[in-house]
Amino acid sequence: MTDAVTFRGVSRHFGTVKAVDEVDLAIRDGEFFAMLGPSGSGKTTCLRLIAGFEQPTAGRIEIFGERAEGVPPYLRNVNTVFQNYALFPHMNVLDNVAFGLRVKGVGRAERRRAAEESLALVELGGYGARRAGELSGGQRQRVALARALINKPRVVLLDEPLGALDLKLREQMQEELRKLQRALGLTFVFVTHDQDEALSMADRVAVFADGKIQQIGSSEDIYRRPASRFVADFVGSSNVVPADLAGVGGSGQWASLRPEDIVLDAVGREATVTGKFFHGRVTKLSLDIKGQSLTALIPAHQTTPEIGETTRVLWDPARAHLMEREA
Amino acid sequence: MSGFDTTQPAIFTPRSGPLSRTVDWVIRHPRMFVFLMVLPITLWLGIVYIGALIALLIQSFFSIDEFSGIVVREFTFKTYGELLRPYNLDIILRTVAMAASVTIAAAILAFPIAYFAARYAKGKWKALFYIGVMLPLWSSYLVKVYAWKLVLAKEGILTWLFAKLHLTWLLDGLLGLPVIGGNSLSVSYTGTFLVFLYIWLPYMIIPVQASLERVPGALLEAASDLGATPRQSFRMVLFPLALPGIIAGSIFTFSLTLGDYIVPQIVGNSRLFIGQAVYTQQGTAGNIPLAAAFTVVPIVIMGIYLWGARKMGAFDAL
Repeated sequence: MTDAVTFRGVSRHFGTVKAVDEVDLAIRDGEFFAMLGPSGSGKTTCLRLIAGFEQPTAGRIEIFGERAEGVPPYLRNVNTVFQNYALFPHMNVLDNVAFGLRVKGVGRAERRRAAEESLALVELGGYGARRAGELSGGQRQRVALARALINKPRVVLLDEPLGALDLKLREQMQEELRKLQRALGLTFVFVTHDQDEALSMADRVAVFADGKIQQIGSSEDIYRRPASRFVADFVGSSNVVPADLAGVGGSGQWASLRPEDIVLDAVGREATVTGKFFHGRVTKLSLDIKGQSLTALIPAHQTTPEIGETTRVLWDPARAHLMEREA
Repeated sequence: MSGFDTTQPAIFTPRSGPLSRTVDWVIRHPRMFVFLMVLPITLWLGIVYIGALIALLIQSFFSIDEFSGIVVREFTFKTYGELLRPYNLDIILRTVAMAASVTIAAAILAFPIAYFAARYAKGKWKALFYIGVMLPLWSSYLVKVYAWKLVLAKEGILTWLFAKLHLTWLLDGLLGLPVIGGNSLSVSYTGTFLVFLYIWLPYMIIPVQASLERVPGALLEAASDLGATPRQSFRMVLFPLALPGIIAGSIFTFSLTLGDYIVPQIVGNSRLFIGQAVYTQQGTAGNIPLAAAFTVVPIVIMGIYLWGARKMGAFDAL
């Protein structure tokens, strides 16, 4: 099967800034692919390279097997949901959604019908006559999605689409996006800096840092077996500790140990509590074991020691992951 | 805690002095604050400007006794009837045609300049743009108009340049055209048009630039992303969103051209524009009612223009 998007040695340099640096990537047809990374890591530039807003300074981009370098956005069957939705303020919702068909010369009646249909798909049937300014953030988000879907694109790009929504709405939209993607069987490429969002929604995740991909894998791969210190730390704020302390390797090597894998146990190692933060579901403890600081997440139903007290903690070495690279 | 004085009061004592107390009081009463802010300008606009306008309107409904030259203070449409005489109607149509051409040309010229400034110019290039656009406004209007008269004159630099480029035939062809031609550029409508265009262009560039600045780049990317060619993006997204700025600019260029009486007097043929008609009617001819009626014409035209622009949805994006 042809991959939806492939990058071979793709770079996008802005003067001396290497926004994207020799990236290799293959996004499979029909998958929900997340690009995760801190701001300035190159994930958004990668998305813009797929959309055609940026052109690579080196390398090769293929979309369903066809070369895409130098092809302008309007000749790519790829549509984008923008970060701040980018709805046209001088048009009502229906005209916004129908825009993609209007520029293709589709007749008015047919356009209306398709736009209504697309709006119904995102559960906004009957909102066509409203102005973008009259909608809530969540509704704008849906309009942007309906507008991107009306052209029946081969790949849908989403640039931090949920970033502007509050937590509750965001969780709801995450589920809906995922459902919609499955139902349509389309390839979704999703850019986010929220690791929870990436892990929970995506089939596969690419973790970006400094214009390069640090690791590509399933959510579980990334979380359980981080390839580098950066991935371990960025995804789920893992403890990066010497491998011999974690019990999985020799000295000089480093291991990732998840905070939730550390448990309070009377037979464990002695640790001093240096900080305590109540989070509702869990209590976060900052610990110190012989000069090595560690973070532990303790389920809220357990009683936790106070700051300054000494306690004993334990982990299963099988849960610790020996990392290939330190950096 | 180190360094913090816990004996300090949580609320400080009120300020003394009549001015400080008044200011504090006004700050506590936001409606009063707004009222005081708009009061001077309201008085100015209300009494001086609107009042003068009404006086003018009233004058235009008076007429002049043709024998004695004395203003008859009786309500009549006679003066407006005079406006419709072929000679006066020509003045109006000539001025409106000139104002419309200047406005359209200014919009076409201003758009790419404004677009560059809004989208690409950053830092010192932006400063340079503003200086470049505003600089001509810092020098005297009369100096500029007279300078143009020399540039456009038969012995002027333009004629010389056309000759050097072996394009004299082109200039002669242009001057040979009916209506817009003439003996030289400085005594033709083309010359008047060029000077108006030069003088009012900054008034078009600035509002267009401001409106383009407010168009997020993502909107143009969205249009392109959805399949719009650059031409379609311009027509369906950029132009409609820039329209309020173009309308604002055209209000300047259009009304300034409608009312100007100096440019056509210095550069152009001897046929009158509205401004010159007002000038001669209220001055040498002493026909204040007719001058007032002439003055009402641009006001009415601008009113119709703005109403039409609103109807067409020019301000929808505001």
